[in-house]
Amino acid sequence: MQRQMTGARMVVQALKDQGVEVVFGYPGGAVLPIYDEIFQQNDIRHILVRHEQGAVHMAEGYARSTGKPGVVLVTSGPGATNAVTGLTDALMDSIPLVVLSGQVPTFMIGTDGFQEADTVGITRPCTKHNWLVKDTDRLAETLHQAFHIATSGRPGPVLIDIPKDVQFATGSYSGPAEARVSHYRPRTEPEAEAVARLVELIETAERPVFYTGGGVINSGPAASRALRELVDATGFPITSTLMGLGAYPASGKGWLGMLGMHGLYEANLAMHGCDLMINLGARFDDRITGRIADFSPRSTKVHVDIDPSSINKVIHVDLPIIGDVGTVLAAALEAWTARGRRVNGAALQKWWGQIEQWKLKNCLAYAPSKATIKPQYALQRLEALTKGRDRYITTEVGQHQMWAAQFLGFEAPNRWMTSGGLGTMGYGLPASIGVQIAHPEALVINVAGEASWLMNMQEMGTAVQFRTPVKQFILNNERLGMVRQWQQLLHGERYSHSWSESLPDFVKLAEAFGCKGIRCDNPADLDEAILAMLDHDGPVIFDCLVEKHENCFPMIPSGKPHNEMLLGDAAVAGAIEAGGAVLV
Amino acid sequence: MSALNIKKGSTSHSAYDLRDPHAEVVESHTLAVLVDNEAGVLARVIGLFSGRGYNIDSLTVAEIDHKGHRSRITVVTRGTPAVIEQIKAQLGRLVPVHEVHDLTVEGAAVERELALFKVRGTGDKRIEALRLAEIFRANVVDSTLESFVFEITGTIEKIDAFAELMRPLGLVDVARTGVAALPRGF
Repeated sequence: MQRQMTGARMVVQALKDQGVEVVFGYPGGAVLPIYDEIFQQNDIRHILVRHEQGAVHMAEGYARSTGKPGVVLVTSGPGATNAVTGLTDALMDSIPLVVLSGQVPTFMIGTDGFQEADTVGITRPCTKHNWLVKDTDRLAETLHQAFHIATSGRPGPVLIDIPKDVQFATGSYSGPAEARVSHYRPRTEPEAEAVARLVELIETAERPVFYTGGGVINSGPAASRALRELVDATGFPITSTLMGLGAYPASGKGWLGMLGMHGLYEANLAMHGCDLMINLGARFDDRITGRIADFSPRSTKVHVDIDPSSINKVIHVDLPIIGDVGTVLAAALEAWTARGRRVNGAALQKWWGQIEQWKLKNCLAYAPSKATIKPQYALQRLEALTKGRDRYITTEVGQHQMWAAQFLGFEAPNRWMTSGGLGTMGYGLPASIGVQIAHPEALVINVAGEASWLMNMQEMGTAVQFRTPVKQFILNNERLGMVRQWQQLLHGERYSHSWSESLPDFVKLAEAFGCKGIRCDNPADLDEAILAMLDHDGPVIFDCLVEKHENCFPMIPSGKPHNEMLLGDAAVAGAIEAGGAVLV
Repeated sequence: MSALNIKKGSTSHSAYDLRDPHAEVVESHTLAVLVDNEAGVLARVIGLFSGRGYNIDSLTVAEIDHKGHRSRITVVTRGTPAVIEQIKAQLGRLVPVHEVHDLTVEGAAVERELALFKVRGTGDKRIEALRLAEIFRANVVDSTLESFVFEITGTIEKIDAFAELMRPLGLVDVARTGVAALPRGF
C-alpha cells in the first residue's frame, strides 16, 4: 500500500518497517527535517553521540553483538566526512551498517554550499554501495534496498545521502514488501560436488586444521553451532583469526587459540605443518599468512567464502567453495554423516601428539612481577574475575588488543568486538557503548590502551548521558605500545614520538565526565580494584598502570613465515632482517 | 591441459582453476561489464581499477538499453592470470554490475575501435596519406586544401599501425573511442 508522506517521515517509517530500534547520530542543518520526525515518535531510540566517528563505531558494536544492521544518522559535510573512518572500518570487517547523511538541497549541489561535501564521492570506496537520492519518490525504495544490500552476501556498510529538499518534499512511500528490490542476490548455496570433495578430504586428512574467521560470526549462530558439531565430531584442531574468536569456544577440546602475527605458537605451527587447511570465512589476511611464499607449504587448501573475490586473492587454494559458511557447514556435516563420519584416526592421534609438543612451549609465558602490573597479568585477572558471566569485550587497537585476544577466552559468538582489518584506534570506547545499548543488562568491558582510548574519549559523555555502565579497562603504559615495540625491534630503539607526555589524570577525568574513576598500580591491589569496577552500577574509567616496556609475544615479524616466530625478549636480537622493516 | 584443449587462462571449462598460479605472464584481456545505468556507476568501476592498482588500456561506456537502464562497459586491461581473475571477481561484487564477461577467454569475439586522425600536409605527403587511407579503408570525413580528417574502424592493432604510418606524413591529432567488443556467433 502506498502512502503519501514527506521524505523525512519516510526515513523514520522505513527504519520502523525494517525493525530498527536504535539510531546513533548527531543533528545538523541538513538533517533537521529527519530530527523533527524523530522528535515526534517513540518507536526508535536516538543515541546522541559526541562525534560522528563515535556514532559509526557504536553502530558497529551494536551490529557485531546482535547480528542486526547498525543505523547511523549524520548531517552533511563534516558530519559525513567524520563518518568515513567508521565506514572504512566496517567495510574491512564486513559489518552491516546503514548510514544516512543529510545533504544540501539538490539545487545547491555543486555550488560549494555551506557544509556541502561530495559525500557519495568520498564514501564510494569505503562503502559496499551508496546512493544520492534526488527524488522523494525513490527514497523509500532506496532505504529498503540499503538494508537488503548491507545485510545480504558479505555484509558491509552502505550510505544514503539525502538532500534537504528531498526530506521536505512529499512522495509516495511503500513498505519493504512492496518495494522493488535490487537484483543483488549473492550465492549462498555451495556446489554439491565441492562439498563432496571437502568431505573426502576430511576423511583422509592426516594433519588437518580448521582456520576460521569473521565469516562464521557473520553467518549467524547456526554457523557457530554447525562448526562446533563438525570440529568436535571430527576431532580436528581449530584456530581462528582475530575476527572469528568465539565461534568455537575457547574451552573446546579442539581449540588451539588465535593464529597470526601475535597468534599462539601451536596454532601457527599447525597452520604451517598441516596437510589439510579448511578456511571457513577468513580471507588470508597478511597478519595471518606472514610470508606468502612460505605459507603452509605442504597443505591442500580449502576456502569457504561467500565473496568470490576472496578466492585466490592472496593464497591460491585447491578447493574453493563459494557459499554461506553456515550453509556449507550444514551441507558438509550432512554429507560426511551420510558416508559414516569417517576420519583418519591413527594419523589424527599422531598429529595431536605433535600439537601437544608445541603447546609445551607455553608461548604466552611472561616474566611475572610483584612490583608492577604486567599487562598480561591484568588480563588474566580480568578473565578470572569475569569467568562465567555473559561478558562482552571490545578493544582499541594495539598491544592491549593482542593481549586481550590471547588471554581472554570467548565461549560464544558476538561477544568480541574489535577493529581487525582497519586497525582503528578509538574504536573500542564507542563500540562498547553500542554493545551496551543493545544489551543493557550485560557486562560490557572495553579493554583499551590509553593512547587509543584518548582518540574518542569524548564518547564518555554519551555513556554517562544514556546510562550505559560500560567499563573502560585501560592498560596504561604511557606509551604507544605497539609502535614502541616495533621501534625497538625494527628501528634501532629510536623511539620516535611513541611516548605521551602530559596524559590526563584518568580518575579526575572520570569525575569530570560524571562517572567513576579507579586507579591501580599495584599487583596486590588489582583483584579488589577490578571487583570494584565490576560492582559499580555505572560507567567506570579504570586506569590500570602497567609495565611500560612490555612486548607482545609470540610475534611473527612482517615478511617471515609461520615457523619463524619470536618467543619472548630473549629470542629477539637479530631476528628481524632489514627487509621486514618496510612491511607494516 | 593441452589434451583437454583448454585455452591458457581459461576457467570456464572447469569448476576449478586450471591456471598455473605462479605464471607471471602479463596478458591483455577484454572485459564486457553489463551495469545498471545509474549515477556514479562508471566512477565505481574506474575507482576499483585505480584503488586496487589495476591497469586500464581502453574503456568505453554507453547505454545499450534505455528502457532497462542498462549500460555496457568494455574495458581492455592487462595483468597476470591471477590479477585478471581478481579484476573480474572484484567487478562482479559491485552492486550495479549484472554480468562480467571475459571476451578473451570465452571464445572468439569481435573487437572494434573507431578513430579520427587529422593529417596535415601538401604535395606528395598529402597524396601518400590519401593512398594509405584507402588501403586501410579509412574514410575522409573532413578536408581542407592542407589537411584531412580520416575516420578508421578496426582492431587496436590496425589503428596503431595506421597511426604509425600517418606520423611522418603530418599527423597532428588523434581521437580514439576505445574498444567495443561482442562475442562471435550466438
